[in-house]
Amino acid sequence: MAIRMKLVAAAAMLALGAGAAQAQDKLKVGFIYVGPVGDHGWTYQHNEGRLALEKEFGDKIETTFVENVSEGPDAERAIERLARDGNKLIFTTSFGYMNPTVKVAAKFPDVKFEHATGFKRADNVSTYSARFYEGRYVIGQIAAKTSKSGVAGYVASFPIPEVVRGINAFLLGARTINPDFKIKVVWVNSWFDPGREADAAKALIDQGADIITQHTDSPAPLQIAAERDIPAFGQASDMHRFAPDNQLTAIVDNWSDYYVSRAKAVMDGSWKSQDVWGGFAMDMVEMSDYKNMPDDVKAMAADTAAKIESGEIHPFQGPIKKQDGTEVIGAGERLSDEVLLGMNYYVEGVEGDLPQ
Amino acid sequence: MVDAGIITAIALTVITASTPLLLAAIGELVVERSGVLNLGLEGMMIAGAIGGFAAANLTGSTAIGVGVAAVAGAVLSIPFGILVINLAANQVATGLSLTLFGLGAAAMVGEPFLGTPGLKLPKLDIPGLTDLQVIGPVLFGQDGLVYLSFVLVAATSWFLTRSRAGLTLRAVGDSHDSAHNLGISVRKVRWMAVLFGGACAGLGGGYLSLAYTPLWTENMTAGRGWIALALVVFSSWLPWRVAIGAYLFGAVTILGFHAQGAGIRIPSQFISALPYLATIVVLVIISRNKTLLRVNTPACLGKPFVPAR
Amino acid sequence: MRLELVPRAERSTAMALVSPVIAIGLTLIFGVVLFASLGVNPARALYIYFVEPLTKAWSLEELVVKASPLVLIAVGLAICFRANAWNIGAEGQFTAGAIAGSVLPIYFPDFQSPVLLPAMLVMAMAGGALYGAIPAILKNRFSANEILTSLMLSYVALLILDWLVRGPWRDPGSFNFPESRLFNASATLPLLAEGGRMHVGILFGLIIAALAAWRLGVSVHGFAIKVTGEAPRAARFAGFDQKRIILAVFVIAGALAGLAGIAEVSGTIGQLRPEISPGYGFTAIIVAFLGRLNPLGIVIAGLLLALTFLGGEAAQITLGLSDKVTRLFQGFLLFMILACDTLIAYRVSLKFGHRAAGVTGTADQKMVSNG
Repeated sequence: MAIRMKLVAAAAMLALGAGAAQAQDKLKVGFIYVGPVGDHGWTYQHNEGRLALEKEFGDKIETTFVENVSEGPDAERAIERLARDGNKLIFTTSFGYMNPTVKVAAKFPDVKFEHATGFKRADNVSTYSARFYEGRYVIGQIAAKTSKSGVAGYVASFPIPEVVRGINAFLLGARTINPDFKIKVVWVNSWFDPGREADAAKALIDQGADIITQHTDSPAPLQIAAERDIPAFGQASDMHRFAPDNQLTAIVDNWSDYYVSRAKAVMDGSWKSQDVWGGFAMDMVEMSDYKNMPDDVKAMAADTAAKIESGEIHPFQGPIKKQDGTEVIGAGERLSDEVLLGMNYYVEGVEGDLPQ
Repeated sequence: MVDAGIITAIALTVITASTPLLLAAIGELVVERSGVLNLGLEGMMIAGAIGGFAAANLTGSTAIGVGVAAVAGAVLSIPFGILVINLAANQVATGLSLTLFGLGAAAMVGEPFLGTPGLKLPKLDIPGLTDLQVIGPVLFGQDGLVYLSFVLVAATSWFLTRSRAGLTLRAVGDSHDSAHNLGISVRKVRWMAVLFGGACAGLGGGYLSLAYTPLWTENMTAGRGWIALALVVFSSWLPWRVAIGAYLFGAVTILGFHAQGAGIRIPSQFISALPYLATIVVLVIISRNKTLLRVNTPACLGKPFVPAR
Repeated sequence: MRLELVPRAERSTAMALVSPVIAIGLTLIFGVVLFASLGVNPARALYIYFVEPLTKAWSLEELVVKASPLVLIAVGLAICFRANAWNIGAEGQFTAGAIAGSVLPIYFPDFQSPVLLPAMLVMAMAGGALYGAIPAILKNRFSANEILTSLMLSYVALLILDWLVRGPWRDPGSFNFPESRLFNASATLPLLAEGGRMHVGILFGLIIAALAAWRLGVSVHGFAIKVTGEAPRAARFAGFDQKRIILAVFVIAGALAGLAGIAEVSGTIGQLRPEISPGYGFTAIIVAFLGRLNPLGIVIAGLLLALTFLGGEAAQITLGLSDKVTRLFQGFLLFMILACDTLIAYRVSLKFGHRAAGVTGTADQKMVSNG
């Protein structure tokens, strides 16, 4: 990210809150990031979305961001500062910003807020998230086709529903190909610590996993896979540069279309509070190019993705059993979004206890 | 019967996890032995990480990368040295400020290298020896920095106990006023120690970006400087104990991951907390020998020195 | 060419006032060079960094909100450092306090009573104090160095908090997301002014700082702490029990950090979360020394550091100056302040040529250098 020079009217700096926006007819859009823009993962992709806004609207828009905002007491101040600075649309891009976003939104009724991955809404607060589990179902199938040992290693961050859902979707996908497929999970208790992620990947491979996937942000597990020459999957962005011969595909977060559509909605006055959970169908989740695998596996993966997109396949379609064998839903039924949102159990075939 | 392969595998992973801690800690040990407490380890490590990564990427040579990592760490220790040695500034606060400064500076310098895969330090491969079961890859299949870390431990141990310069350094750390009265240049000795400590921390950071995970990202040291700092205390300022501490910490971390992979029923947070608890427990046990502790603790640690005229 | 430091007979009051000005002057010069090289108008950048946050009522409030936990923790740490007890685990004591103080609102979410808040504050202080006592006890009984134990215990406390809010203390209504219930109104520290974020908790910092300034100056305890830190042998002769003092200073620092913890959770955040502190416990160490271990100095240092955080955010938002520049700049500012502090206790002069024979250190000279 280059240091951007901004020549905003000096008035913007002196005028309070709302007054600043009237001094110019540009739409000001603010972003709060939880990590550094250069994390290659979560924050990097949100920033790509911000850049897409600038590209789409050119000088009709002005974007600002604050990075590395801790999810503790600092969040509310950073959000409020963006609102006071005349931003009319503010994206808060991590779950921990939920309550601060709602609090600030109550103070600034004419500013629109978009909170990622949360569940609290208001007249001027929307929520949005992506169905990454759709992608994980696809890579689960690829893994089952590719793995010889039938065991995948999963480098996981924190035991929250988002991650648990991903683990389950991966396994359910894999079991459509190989009913005995297993995954081993190691939690590193961090979203981003290349060293620990690498160590976890090594431990998993040493315990017999011959394919690696991850729900942490750095490319380190992928690098380890390349070093040991086993296949692996990228996370959040296309990471093939880090393992050109070993990355099969990556689940890419794509916020660009959504951000553009929401900015447009603010501009033409059609913005309304909503809850969006987009997947393949909305292009919020994309698979990067399928590589390093036979053509029939590529075809299968593309086919599954297309069927999920059309609704023909739902990753959480019954019968689904929990780890202990109790049935969650029977054949033909699909888990509701509400159940998926709060998922806190492993499905059958995941090894180990879910940390509670 | 435990599989020999898994033992080798665990040992290799532990070595990688422990080496950056050991490199940074052995340098800090020398610094502290001279009576200076540098809490800026994290900042110097991250400087080494970006310095090493950038140099290796630009020149295509990991050897140059390692060299530049050491230089970058040492360069970052210069403002610290000026403040605490020449200006008698508070060491704790200066060290912490150095961490802030280093993290910011490294992130700025590192911007062009984001998203670039790095070069990996080659591993030694001696036909015949490296192929031996278990001990082959562990003893004869490491990269140069791993061997260097042990050379540094042995050399530091020899230096502090057997060499004249080492005794001088300890004298400075134990009583800078007496050392000064004996005609020793306290400042010069401390400067050498601080630069050496910076270089070692730089090597520790370089190990992260050149061997552990060959990539560059902001904050990639992820608190390892703090752990290294604690390990110096753990060692009671004895070089070989630094090695024990680093390997204990690395081993407990890695075994925790293996326990999780094997499906152990303990919350992951407790497994993550184990290395911290283990170092506390072992420290309590080894601190019983109070004579050893008293002999080796630098009495002037953290105190500013101003020569009387 | 060498820098010579000559101790002043007395700390210079004039320099105590002038040195921060020199430091800021040097930082401004550095800032001009830095910002200009990044293509940003330096005058505007410096204005946004240092002045703009002080021009609005809103950001003045935020300044105080940000500074108050730093001050509270730093006062406790200063007491430790004065006694030569190296407590660098305030982050853990802060967390332990936040956890202990949250027990009531989490287990009894419907309990509303005027005694609830005082009970939470007391429990938080007790929690922080107990957690702070561990390194002291390990030091007193087993000679285990407190730098290591207090630091390691910080990480352990953060992991315990993480486990609690993802496990047993998770809000049942939050779809298994990692956060506790929101505290009810009677478990929330009241706001001082409607609409802002200034809560009663920010008064704690001021009260404690004032109290500490008074007690440390006049009381026998304050004297004992000082003597223990500066001359342990003398302290023994005077009959001060060193171990009790070590325990006492750790307990005090722990209690204050714990109080800061519950004030943040109950006043600013309103619930327990995996992340409740942006490193307050570590930043407070800088604040303590920047304030020269003096409670009133700490208040100023806390406000100054808070200003650099707010200014850094403002610079990101208004100028697009990245977070990295902010940290670099902040580090430099701290270097300058610390360097210029030297002027208070020493005369600095540049000497040319070699050192005159400084080998003959007589007893008299040693006395001078120690005094």
